[in-house]
Amino acid sequence: MKEKKVILDIRDFSVSFEQYEKGFSKTGLPVIRNLDVTVHEGEMVAVVGSSGSGKSLLAHGILGILPYNATMGGELMFDGEPLTRKRQKALRGNEIVLVPQSVAFLDPLMKIGPQIRKGKKDRASREKLNRIFRGYHLKEEVQNLYPFELSGGMNRRVLVSTALMGNPKLVIADEPTPGLHMDMVRRVMSHFRELADQGAGVLLITHDLEQALEVADRVVVFYAGTTVEDAAASDFGSEETLRHPYSRALWRALPQNGFQFIQGVQPYVKDLPSGCPFGPRCEFCTESCKAAVPYRQVRGGRVRCVMAGREKGAEEMLQSAKEPSARLAAAGKHHTGAAERRCAPEPLVAGHEADHDKKMRSAV
Amino acid sequence: MKEHLIFVGKHAVRMLLLLFCVSAVAFTLVSISPIDPLQANVGQAALGSMSQEQIAKLQAYWGVGEPPVERFFAWAGDFFRGDMGVSLLYRQPVAKVIGVKLHNSLWLMAIAWTLSGLAGFLLGVLAGLREGSILDKIIKGYSLLIASTPAFWLALVLLMIFAVWLKVLPIGLSVPIGVEAAGVTILDRIRHAILPAVTLSITGIANITLHTREKMIEIMESDYVLFARARGESTWNIVKNHALRNVLLPAVTLQFASISEIFGGSVLIEQVFSYPGLGQAAVTAGLGSDVPLLLGITVISAAFVFGGNLIANLLYGVIDPRIRRGGARA
Repeated sequence: MKEKKVILDIRDFSVSFEQYEKGFSKTGLPVIRNLDVTVHEGEMVAVVGSSGSGKSLLAHGILGILPYNATMGGELMFDGEPLTRKRQKALRGNEIVLVPQSVAFLDPLMKIGPQIRKGKKDRASREKLNRIFRGYHLKEEVQNLYPFELSGGMNRRVLVSTALMGNPKLVIADEPTPGLHMDMVRRVMSHFRELADQGAGVLLITHDLEQALEVADRVVVFYAGTTVEDAAASDFGSEETLRHPYSRALWRALPQNGFQFIQGVQPYVKDLPSGCPFGPRCEFCTESCKAAVPYRQVRGGRVRCVMAGREKGAEEMLQSAKEPSARLAAAGKHHTGAAERRCAPEPLVAGHEADHDKKMRSAV
Repeated sequence: MKEHLIFVGKHAVRMLLLLFCVSAVAFTLVSISPIDPLQANVGQAALGSMSQEQIAKLQAYWGVGEPPVERFFAWAGDFFRGDMGVSLLYRQPVAKVIGVKLHNSLWLMAIAWTLSGLAGFLLGVLAGLREGSILDKIIKGYSLLIASTPAFWLALVLLMIFAVWLKVLPIGLSVPIGVEAAGVTILDRIRHAILPAVTLSITGIANITLHTREKMIEIMESDYVLFARARGESTWNIVKNHALRNVLLPAVTLQFASISEIFGGSVLIEQVFSYPGLGQAAVTAGLGSDVPLLLGITVISAAFVFGGNLIANLLYGVIDPRIRRGGARA
């Protein structure tokens, strides 16, 4: 593989909110605990996690626009240098750009053109915007419309246009296609793919694994405030190539892989277990999962799991993955048997067809 | 064009209905009030020394004994034809009395209205922008304090400080005492209007500040301000491009709706400062059973308030593109 420059390198990133309990004592609410992401030039990386896992805060953290009661930790490197508050302020909107979810992020009372130009009226920015609009087949008249007058199709192109007013080296797309038709999703995603192909790093934040797999080069799986796996998109071709039990559960939940779900829900920040956050729902959970789990290299990707890559554990995982009934049996056996496997509070049951739509949500 | 006609017609009918109801209620209140017009205006002693004939004449003049419904419709009929009647107390046509009083009050109210609107908007924007800061706490504290202070009490306090203790401003009236009407300068008038206008503004500011602040906070927490910040816009740019634009809309509505409060406040404040304006005339007319004058003032005030709200409605359509353009498309 050819070596490309690292644009964004985030290590051990955390975000916690200060909260007042009963009016007096302050407590920290660690919404993001261990987040690791790297984005290279021309690469599209998807951070995939379910709603409420704190994904948007990652975007806000990189841009330095977290609310005042939030504190950030960890190491943020952009373009080889630490991303300080001062640099964030200077770079956001120019080298680091955000593409928001919907037109609700546009000022309802400002016309599109002036709004994208941030109120600038000079010739250069006018011409630049005209050029961008032509590139996206948007008529110049669109600049005179208010956000509420845009059609669904124009919305996305206008939002992507806002990114190009700067000279983006990193494009952060936060849930850019909520509730869109798959054709539309593909079209929007192709815009981001284009940006990546032109050399920018693209960080796609989404809850939709399928969508991410279509365009992204790498997928970072995010669970309950922690990155559990960093895998090439191609690793999602089969369950065996994945490293973390949660990633595998996600894979099995894809429609083409049987729509299977696992029991339980993602824990709330305050009720997080010690060690691996996925522990209580994991069928391979052992005592050693209750201590801090390091993020380590396994088969060209990274994973935060004690079991992954170890001969025995991996074999067992593969075994049970192939046979749902075997997995069931294994789970049952582990429950009554080996004293080691006692951190799952309830037996895990593989896919039922009934009401899986509803439960899919809790699984993914 | 047809739409506009319907709009105008609708509002005209509404206004007529409103004015009718308001005057009917005002009339009912006066006619059931225990004040005896003869006793109130002639005095017990003078009444005692009068002959029965004289009293009967006076009773006829004040309309004592006539059925109230008949009196009301007689008044309404005249009013509709453009005759507002003759003030029983001033012995002048009501239209003329209101004209003089309104002239005095109007610029008092205009000053208070403008001042409270501008200052309230500015303070509200500042406080909302720096929510939780010392500045915000001071502005909010001040507004809450003033909002819960009775206007007349504030008027008395200011009167004591500036007119009684410091003696820098006149204690009341709209012109100096003992000066010919021709000798009154514009400066005199301004000096006499300062205290009432300031009092009226101070009480008006609180409300507008608190509302603007609330709206400003909402805007600064909105998604579009977050996105503007993500795009590297400075705070000043955000205020200029987004916050002011969005906060102006509710502020305009509020400003025109506050006409009613200024009108209401002026009644009390003119009373405290013995300022011969519309508010004071209303009190005099009410206490003296001068029904034509009271109803005249009521109708004029109601028309002003209605007009203010109507203007706010119309402006909303002009300023807000979602109504202006959206409405035209639908």
